[in-house]
Amino acid sequence: MINKDVWDKNRGGRKTRSAIGVFLTGLCASLAALALLAVLGYVIYQGARAVNPAFLTQLPKPVGETGGGVANGIVGSLITVALATLIATPLGVLTGIFLALFGRGMVAESVRFLSDVLSGIPSIAIGLFAYTLLVAPFKHFSGVSASVAFAVLMLPLIIRTSEEAVRSVPQTIREGALALGMSVYRSTMQVIVPAARPAIITGLLLSIARVAGETAPLLFTAFGSPFWTVNPTQPMAQLPLQIFNYAISPYEDWHRQAWGGAMILILAVLVLNITARFVFAAPKNRQ
Amino acid sequence: MDFAPHAVTALMGPSGCGKTTLLRCLNRIHEILPKARVEGKVSLDGEDVYDSGISAIELRRRVGMVFQRANPFPTMSIAGNVTAGLLSDVPNSARAQIVEKALRGAALWDEVKDKLNQPGTSLSGGQQQRLCIARALAVEPEVLLMDEPTSSLDPISTASVEDLMESLAKEYTIVVVTHNMQQAARVSNYSAFMLSGEDGIGHLIEMSETRQMFTKPTDPRTEDYITGRFG
Repeated sequence: MINKDVWDKNRGGRKTRSAIGVFLTGLCASLAALALLAVLGYVIYQGARAVNPAFLTQLPKPVGETGGGVANGIVGSLITVALATLIATPLGVLTGIFLALFGRGMVAESVRFLSDVLSGIPSIAIGLFAYTLLVAPFKHFSGVSASVAFAVLMLPLIIRTSEEAVRSVPQTIREGALALGMSVYRSTMQVIVPAARPAIITGLLLSIARVAGETAPLLFTAFGSPFWTVNPTQPMAQLPLQIFNYAISPYEDWHRQAWGGAMILILAVLVLNITARFVFAAPKNRQ
Repeated sequence: MDFAPHAVTALMGPSGCGKTTLLRCLNRIHEILPKARVEGKVSLDGEDVYDSGISAIELRRRVGMVFQRANPFPTMSIAGNVTAGLLSDVPNSARAQIVEKALRGAALWDEVKDKLNQPGTSLSGGQQQRLCIARALAVEPEVLLMDEPTSSLDPISTASVEDLMESLAKEYTIVVVTHNMQQAARVSNYSAFMLSGEDGIGHLIEMSETRQMFTKPTDPRTEDYITGRFG
């Protein structure tokens, strides 16, 4: 016999509890999204007043003069991050491939553990490491020391995402390649890594976005500069440093420019994140 | 057990009796799993394939394999999938011919000849499985191992793959794993029946011509299985 109560009313308050649960989780999700939107909105509201062609193309003006821009900081940051990507990508991607396909036992576990530990080290400590390694011995700050610090910060992220990417290629694909008489090298390079490529690139873009806004390691590596420098062996202007210096200055015009710089930085990171989503979503034919 | 050349031998038995494992030992593909090991001997044309003088790569070029689920390489075109196993010293001029020959061999040519550059994964399930067969044929193996090649296919695709097996048997030695007795009866010349014992280890119960196994099995357990009393 079916109990008639099951079919009507509130099912003993279960529907009410369910509604409360949905409401609470929805409320929290909205609050989290609201916080992000508030930061984004306020930075854009404040920054839009500062950003104009001059701001993007000019050097900083000396104290006391209004106007000027952060062009050298944008270029400096682009160079440092690009160099860091060049250093970290081969190391990180190859490590990820190793862990996913060949790493077994103690060696792989140690590498994975160290990589996890590395991802938890505060960025300022990594900046100090780069300072000891590349600034102190040469007696001057340099863009490349910042790149090394960034590369170290990017490594654990790239390793983890590359490992996951390669691991997500089905074992059947790998067996199919080997069953054709392909060597391990060839099956890896021609079949497995290409299949994992979108996810690897997504990981790279996210790791770039992650370090693009880092400020702490720059304080004693790239150091900043009011001049044009495209030579990475010299101290270099960096956008996050300019934001930091302008924001703590007492000048109204510099505060305005700090917001402008912050807006550019946030938009750049946003674009990277959105691109990463598209790269990953692109190949629909994956099984 | 002996696998007769230019014939289809079916390995059948209930799940977990070791059919696939046995098949995977024949081309040493099980070796990619950590901790896998092999006892006993597998010979191809009188040579022990586990002899240290024979590389797994060389062996797998002579003993091709088709898997339970079609596994076309996701980033490659149809033509690219077919030529994936070729050695790099095969000139580009020869590749087009090999692609056509292999796809004709797998009865897929007419369906895909106008879209060779489209991704292999754009094909239907049955077509993908025939693409995987073509891929294996392109390397010109002597033996073709097929691990439940139709278990994820619909009846029509299954029929086309079965027809294909019959025609391929003229040139290749085929070993097919199946838990489908009707399939074994339809396509195979010889059959082997396996069963896992009390100890959890798979055993070969009997092996004979398919016709004989399905009409006059010698072992009562085979008879029970074939008549559907268990399994």
